[in-house]
Amino acid sequence: MHPVVSTVLQRLGLGLLTLFFVSLVIFSSIEFLPGDFTEAVLGQLATEENVAAFRRELGLDQPAYVRYFDWIGSVMTGDFGTSFSGRASSGVDRSRPVIDLIAPRLANTLFLASMTAIIAVPVALALGITAALYRNSIYDRVVNALTLSTISMPEFLVAYLLILFLSSLNPVFPSLANINIDTPFWERVYRCALPSMTLSLVIIAHMMRMTRAAIINLLASPYIEMARLKGLSPVRVIMRHALPNAWAPIANVIAFNLAYLVVGVVVVEVVFVYPGIGQLMVDAVTSRDIPVVQACALIFATTYILLNLLADIVSIVTNPRLLHPR
Amino acid sequence: MSDDDILLRMKNVVIDGFSDEKWHEIIKGVDLTLRRGEVLGLIGESGAGKSTLGLAAMGFARPGCRLTSGEIWFDGHDLMKMSEAKKQELRGSRIAYVAQSAAAAFNPAHRLIDQTIEASLTHDVKSATEARDDARTLYAAMDLPDPDHIGERYPHQVSGGQLQRAMTAMAMSARPDLIIFDEPTTALDVTTQVNVLAAMREAVDRFNTAAIYITHDLAVVAQMADRIKVLRYGEEVEEAPTAEMLSNPKEDYTKSLWSVRSIEKPAETSDDHVLSIENVTAAYGTVPVLHNVSISVPRGKTVAVVGESGSGKSTTARVITGLLPPLKGRVMFDGEALPPTLKGRSKDQLRRIQMIYQSADTAMNPRHTLREIIGRPLEFYRGIKGRKKDEEVAKLLELIELDESFMDRLPGELSGGQKQRVCIARALAAEPEVIICDEVTSALDQIVQEGILKLLMRLQKELGITYIFITHDLATVQAIADEIVVMWRGKVVEQGIKDDILNPPYPEYTQLLLSSVPTMDPAWLGEAVAARAGLSVSDLAAEA
Amino acid sequence: MSDTQQTYSAKDEVGQVRARRTRLERMKIELRKAPPTAWFGMVVIAFYLFVALFAPLLAPYGEAEIHPIPFAPWGGDFPLGTDQIGRDILSRLIFGARNTIGIALVTTLVAFAIGGGLGLAAAISRGWTDQLLSRAVDVLMAIPPLIFALMLLSIFGSSIPSLIFIIAVLDSTRVFRLTRAVAMNVVVMEYVEAARLRGEGLGWVMRREILPNIMPPLVAEFGLRFCFVFLTIAALSFLGVGIQPPTADWGSMVRDNASLIQFAQYDLKAGITPILPAFAIALLTIAVNFVVDWFLMKSSGLKE
Repeated sequence: MHPVVSTVLQRLGLGLLTLFFVSLVIFSSIEFLPGDFTEAVLGQLATEENVAAFRRELGLDQPAYVRYFDWIGSVMTGDFGTSFSGRASSGVDRSRPVIDLIAPRLANTLFLASMTAIIAVPVALALGITAALYRNSIYDRVVNALTLSTISMPEFLVAYLLILFLSSLNPVFPSLANINIDTPFWERVYRCALPSMTLSLVIIAHMMRMTRAAIINLLASPYIEMARLKGLSPVRVIMRHALPNAWAPIANVIAFNLAYLVVGVVVVEVVFVYPGIGQLMVDAVTSRDIPVVQACALIFATTYILLNLLADIVSIVTNPRLLHPR
Repeated sequence: MSDDDILLRMKNVVIDGFSDEKWHEIIKGVDLTLRRGEVLGLIGESGAGKSTLGLAAMGFARPGCRLTSGEIWFDGHDLMKMSEAKKQELRGSRIAYVAQSAAAAFNPAHRLIDQTIEASLTHDVKSATEARDDARTLYAAMDLPDPDHIGERYPHQVSGGQLQRAMTAMAMSARPDLIIFDEPTTALDVTTQVNVLAAMREAVDRFNTAAIYITHDLAVVAQMADRIKVLRYGEEVEEAPTAEMLSNPKEDYTKSLWSVRSIEKPAETSDDHVLSIENVTAAYGTVPVLHNVSISVPRGKTVAVVGESGSGKSTTARVITGLLPPLKGRVMFDGEALPPTLKGRSKDQLRRIQMIYQSADTAMNPRHTLREIIGRPLEFYRGIKGRKKDEEVAKLLELIELDESFMDRLPGELSGGQKQRVCIARALAAEPEVIICDEVTSALDQIVQEGILKLLMRLQKELGITYIFITHDLATVQAIADEIVVMWRGKVVEQGIKDDILNPPYPEYTQLLLSSVPTMDPAWLGEAVAARAGLSVSDLAAEA
Repeated sequence: MSDTQQTYSAKDEVGQVRARRTRLERMKIELRKAPPTAWFGMVVIAFYLFVALFAPLLAPYGEAEIHPIPFAPWGGDFPLGTDQIGRDILSRLIFGARNTIGIALVTTLVAFAIGGGLGLAAAISRGWTDQLLSRAVDVLMAIPPLIFALMLLSIFGSSIPSLIFIIAVLDSTRVFRLTRAVAMNVVVMEYVEAARLRGEGLGWVMRREILPNIMPPLVAEFGLRFCFVFLTIAALSFLGVGIQPPTADWGSMVRDNASLIQFAQYDLKAGITPILPAFAIALLTIAVNFVVDWFLMKSSGLKE
């Protein structure tokens, strides 16, 4: 087998294994719940029968490993169980399947994240590469100081500053990003302007700094000096000698920041009351709606693992040592 | 000769380097003249500014350096005043560069041939087809195996010696007037170095290319250069034609550069063996490194273990010290078998064998003072404490020709030679019977090497210590050994008294090794290449 | 022998001899050379620590004291107004310094105790202990920390001890990685091998050979981890699942007063009230970053 293929397969296997352990960790968190949580969920007026029925539904009468395989099996088919909320003590069960709660919100979050990535990734790469090329210039110093300040700010500060200046004092964009399924595309983009801008600012700052460091590291290689001493133009040095070796570090930077974006979304959604999965998770944490929390955590963790996996695969398939084995 | 003949003339060149938040002069006004087709050897110790001066001949300064003042005339143009774009046109087409580490200087992402012809193409010297055909011719001229196809490989697919030749071919591609060779063979083993040197000299001669050959090795420069310039601390010491420089150096400093070859100790031996290694086989994990190695060490004498990288000489040291328990065989000390592992040995067994490393920089904790470094074994092995310990440390410092005032210094505040002396003192503090010296002089400049070797010899005479001296440098062996062990690929090729080993008849590998060590004789290279032709093991070396 | 013998002396060989100075003198010299950004950082940090330590003396009102006027404007009895249930904003800002910084500091210390200790142990023992710890950390790090924290908080509830414990454990994974990496670099040094060859015990090697040499990167990391922990706790409090009322805390203060921002057009001061605590968070983080940057530049000797 070609070494690239076998290395990629190995990496995929490792990814799956990590995913398995992560699902174990997320599942077993429910084991730490206090014993009387069923009463708490159903309310004080719950009858003993209701409680017993609820415990059976959760499978608490079965050993943990059986429940794990049941759970992970249903998750594979898209069934994340039933929400705890809405199980009033009145006996009428108004709870909804977790998947129905998550699906529309996941779509919204993906919309916001992709909109941000489309803006932030090219801008950050451009800024990072130019800052590395014109190292120690005024431009580099200014960009550096600005980004250092930005990464030191909590996301909600960036968000509220934008609201203050672009919504409250000068009403350009709406401060609430309330959208629903019927909102037309451009209207969505307009309403998402501020949340997306907030995320972009934070991501660009992080990503620009990492890109700059990666490129500076690359430009210090002896083969780059050799290319200069061969009398190649700066453009050719960059395009032909630096770029082919830059894919792996750049892919890592992008993956890291997209993963960061996925997490940053949580705070931003709460600030702008955006109906995404992040806000859903925060609400579920507040009301201790464990099935929803678990589902959200699993989705976030999977995204995170997949992004890192993708970056590693890019590194593998662009590595000349693996592409052209001895 | 007329002045038309002059290709490069540097006048009063000053180059600054940036460190400690200030600019310092690292080249302090050097003049240099080079005629067409001439090879100038630039020689000096680390920090002399050789590479910086070499790069300045291309109008180039590394990041953190700047060309401050002076004139650099190349074929009628002053590089100091030339625009960056104009200099770009010269580089690669009329002046080319060969770097020290070929493995790092080739771009891992491109095929050798594409990199070889790149300069010719960007400077419009040749068409792509011409350049490719020419590259194959150059590969053949550089003695590369399979010259018609080797260019299609990637850098990581060929060996270090081959890469170094390919890089010379790359420099030749546009038929430059001048090539800067920056320590091109320093990273290679001696047996590999010979063929690379021969190929380089052949190529330079054939195309009548002028060259600046930078190295710290006088014997190498003697083979390559028509004229030699000696640099020290960024200033010229002296310059003369090669033959004159070798036979009649004027300055004390130049004389000191080859002084290590002036020490010679008559070989003595003894039948009283303090330590012996018996049939040792060892491996790192599943990789076998030593195969049935037996060495015996006479008491109070020096046994030099020589070999190239990968010969297993350092591994032998690790087996003796107990860091690497052997798979088979044993180590005998004073008639008793030593426990194979470090944990199994008693404090006293540990005390009697001490070790000194190649790099004193990493062998001493940078955050301990000399008082702690030398004092610790005194306290640990011999229970000496308090004021008595300070007195002992002072005595040891005196023994290594330093004094009490050094006691509270940190290693970072010492020079390279002083650091290595402190390591010797630390070993002596244990009052050992055997000291293993692992390449202890390899990282040092010549004059400092000499001092260290003399100190070791004096200590041996005064204290009767036995040395196991691991080295790849035959000049050092010549200077201090009583017995020699030659190792190759994890096996002992032969062991015997110095004079026997260094004189015929030889086993083939010993002959290859000995014939590969450059001498000051400018005719040596031709003879060495001829002598190796008949040896079957030389093919193995050429492969590398 | 050559005539260099007379001219050569080991003592005269040029080392990097420096004037010997006491630690205090050296510190003074370093401080004098510190760039303005580092000075700014140190002054800000000192000011925050002062406010945090003397909070009860500096604050005009108690931490949870409720006054009859909610959302009072700036000026008068309340220099920065009151919040949605009539608590003095300035007092809560001052007490917030104490709570927010204190909790973040304790959390970072716990994270370092766990991660640093295990990292050092993994680097020295290597073998299967290292494998086990490293793989476990890989799994924990495969879950985004904020998400993991949210999940655990939903299980354990949002009390201050559980907050400290959860964030500390999650953050200790990063500390583990760094400590292990820097300790690995030191463990392979020849002076450690020399100590082992001498027969020194594990404790001595750890304490005397390894620890002093890994301190600089760990100190810098402490600053950076503190910032990260501080921002994470602020984010959780802002989301309403971190530090709970009536304890004053900057993150939840932003959340509580967020609605005021809509009135910026009519009363700018009221509009920026929710931004003040957020700004206080950012200022401290920037200050710590500046100081860490300076420290890193100094200890690595890099001039870039």
